[in-house]
Amino acid sequence: MSNPLADMEKPDVIFCIGTNMTEAHPVAATRLKKAMRHGAKLIVADPRHIPLAEIADVVLPLRVGSDVALLGAMAHVIVREGLVDESFVAERTEGFEALRAHVAEFTPTWAEGITGVPAADIERAAILFGQAERGAIYYTLGITEHICGVDNVQSLCNLALMTGNIGREGTGINPMRGQNNIQGAGDCGALPNNYPGFQPVTDPANQKKFREAWGVEVDLEKGITKVRALDECGSSIHAMLICGENTVVSDPDRAHCEHALKSLEHLVVIDVFLTDTAALADVVFPAAAWGEVDGVFTNTERRPQRVRAAVEPQGQAQPDWWILTQLARRLDFPSFEYESAKDVFNELCALSPTYNGLDWDLVAEGRHHWPVPEKGHPGTPILHMGTFLRGKGLFKTPSYRDPAEVIDDEYPVWLTTGRRLAHYHTRTMTGRAVGTQYLVPEELVEIHPHDVTKLGLEDGGLAVMSSRRGEVVVKVQATTKSPRGTVFCSFSFSDVPINALTGSGYDPETDTAELKVCAVRIEPARATLV
Amino acid sequence: MKNTLTLDGQRVDFEEGESLYQVARRHTQAIPTLCYDDRLEAFGACRLCVVELEGSRNPVASCTTLAQTDMVVKTKTEAIERHRKTLMELVVSENPKGVAIDPLRGKASQELAHLAVRYQADGSRFAGKQSGHSRPDDPNPMIVRDYDHCISCYRCVRVCAEQEGDYAISIANRGFHTQITTEFDGLLENSACTFCGQCVQTCPTGALADGRALRHVDTPGEIERTRSVCPYCGVGCSVEILSKNETIVGVQPAMDGPANEGALCVKGQFGWDWVQHPDRLKNPLVRKDGVLVDASWDEALERAAEGFRKVRDTHGRHAIYGVASGRAPHESAYSMQKFIRVGFGTNNIDNCSRA
Ligand code: SF4
Ligand code: SF4
Repeated sequence: MSNPLADMEKPDVIFCIGTNMTEAHPVAATRLKKAMRHGAKLIVADPRHIPLAEIADVVLPLRVGSDVALLGAMAHVIVREGLVDESFVAERTEGFEALRAHVAEFTPTWAEGITGVPAADIERAAILFGQAERGAIYYTLGITEHICGVDNVQSLCNLALMTGNIGREGTGINPMRGQNNIQGAGDCGALPNNYPGFQPVTDPANQKKFREAWGVEVDLEKGITKVRALDECGSSIHAMLICGENTVVSDPDRAHCEHALKSLEHLVVIDVFLTDTAALADVVFPAAAWGEVDGVFTNTERRPQRVRAAVEPQGQAQPDWWILTQLARRLDFPSFEYESAKDVFNELCALSPTYNGLDWDLVAEGRHHWPVPEKGHPGTPILHMGTFLRGKGLFKTPSYRDPAEVIDDEYPVWLTTGRRLAHYHTRTMTGRAVGTQYLVPEELVEIHPHDVTKLGLEDGGLAVMSSRRGEVVVKVQATTKSPRGTVFCSFSFSDVPINALTGSGYDPETDTAELKVCAVRIEPARATLV
Repeated sequence: MKNTLTLDGQRVDFEEGESLYQVARRHTQAIPTLCYDDRLEAFGACRLCVVELEGSRNPVASCTTLAQTDMVVKTKTEAIERHRKTLMELVVSENPKGVAIDPLRGKASQELAHLAVRYQADGSRFAGKQSGHSRPDDPNPMIVRDYDHCISCYRCVRVCAEQEGDYAISIANRGFHTQITTEFDGLLENSACTFCGQCVQTCPTGALADGRALRHVDTPGEIERTRSVCPYCGVGCSVEILSKNETIVGVQPAMDGPANEGALCVKGQFGWDWVQHPDRLKNPLVRKDGVLVDASWDEALERAAEGFRKVRDTHGRHAIYGVASGRAPHESAYSMQKFIRVGFGTNNIDNCSRA
């Protein structure tokens, strides 16, 4: 997020797109509701009638995967209505003329044809956002998990830049991170292209820095992404070490994942449960869990905070850093002298420009937002104040593309996926908690009542849902949360592996999977073999 | 002097917009309250926080009275304390006797009990009156609804509306017939309730109680509190993990958590039982003859190391790939990338953010 969570109470216009915030980030949503009690207006763009839509001032129920068209049309209206922040654009950005020309033909009427959102509503939303004193944008995977994820994000950046809604209190471009420490995993350099602190591995200065710090020769080339690595299993990748990820259930195209992991010569998994992924391993290490380890998580607002051990680990489980240190010593790897989590964290701080001013003791109360470039620095709650990382904010000109897969006669229904309030990912945790499991004990496919009838289904009955990659049997829930023609499932239940269906394509730049769109066919279960 | 007033004979300063209750809390000891929660609009209903204000005929509620320059305030005169004792007796009379309010019920659950002791209030003077009836028929395993203990402070209703924006519960009737209820008087799960547990944590009597934690009333040991952060989503809510010896017995929100300011959702509040679930992996496993079997650390580490060595020697350094966790702490992700980079000389490392 460019701005802190506390800023969520300060905008006068809030634009939520591709985020089912009340379910995926509930406490953040309570802060938005407070802004609304103080008079803020809310625009919600989502294919489904999510709870946020219930309280929104303008609802934009776009067809899945049509975000670029919607956002381009909003930019068009903002230009046409003279709502561009000309002085911000002149002082802080470049490339605006190209954008102005680019969006000239993206009329709301054109966008209505693609998105299904009435042109008048697109106009209303654009004018509301364009007139905001403090306009803030919030999004999650509904924006990024598309083949055009990068284009979607750039379209949102264009809106923020052209209206000057960045680098100030109560504004900003705010992606909400889904997992507790997914931000931290990136900060720590668990990326094929970056060392810790987002330092590119291909920069000779960084190579020198880490060569000296670790006392080894370093790889001069970028690694491949996990998505590519799964494609390469059995060809160029022959061993994997997977830590705390249930790849087989969470990643798209389950059959492909399973096949990939099975073709490895050596698979080692570190986890707290014997997940479907761990069950395929040659060696499984028992990890100490939350509540049993000391460490640091960085949340979605770039705030590192300490987690602490309350109880001893179960059985012989050990913290991940300890397991990796032992393994490194067996393999005679240098520079693994850690005795505690604190040692590891302090080494990260010393090597990362974003954490340089922090250490184990300083994050005890979680008072800083990174970057904290040196000791004594107060941290950076709001990014891009005064200047952008690259100097000037750059407008890009993305164009609408169809999703990797579109509906046709054979697969006539859109499937989109996401989270439910009570569950988290593949339910390895919430499925073993009585309360959350009580609320949502099984997977349901949410279908508009009209479609339930049209497809010959029954509310509460079983359906067979199939895509070009696989099929699942799932219970039907009739609900107007789903629009006609689009159905919804979570990816939480391994007995209804929705990832057997997804995986139609990937963003060419980031390799992020298009989990939000896939074409399916749905039939009553009795008509087939169950 | 501007922004100073006299509090129990002392000259004290205050900030613009502070209530007399807040000024007193900052300077002397806290004035007793039952309907007060820092995060909610002051309500002025329980009348325990009344103070004498010079120039005012009747005592005023300190939580709803803003501090003004040169006010002269007395927080505990004999008359005020007598009034508080009577009020406490009335309140205590509404509660069933002999029912222990375990601190596991909720964060604020001891407030009434503590004040009852402080004012030696036993409630027999008003015995027989009671508002609210419990809902043992609500089968949800998270929120116990012992409304027999309800004192109609409305903190639950207010937190649900003001803090959560959920408006799941409301007040029916008045006086001794007051009842906290959902729409249509039904079960919580059929209402707008999201099971965030905020009502439980603000209830000053334990009438609303944490059903997950209550299983551990008889678990031996003192309750210890460990400050941590929720393991679920990226908001990063601060929590206190409650434990007895080596058993986790509950989670409560940390009121000063920078990301959540005392709020939690159902996952953070009630979703912790997995940590000590019998399914946890308790020892290393290695595959022998096609099946995973228990192994010692020594054996498992050796098998893992040997496998990596072999693949590196036959297929080269880029044949090995690491996937770090987005849930484990930094020390895990940092060690993972270093293990792969230092150990094999490859940048073949990623985390689970692309799926
Ligand atoms: S659990 Fe949360 S949503 Fe439900 S009644 Fe209590 S405060 Fe309201
Ligand atoms: S309590 Fe809920 S909102 Fe807060 S971090 Fe945990 S999962 Fe996220």
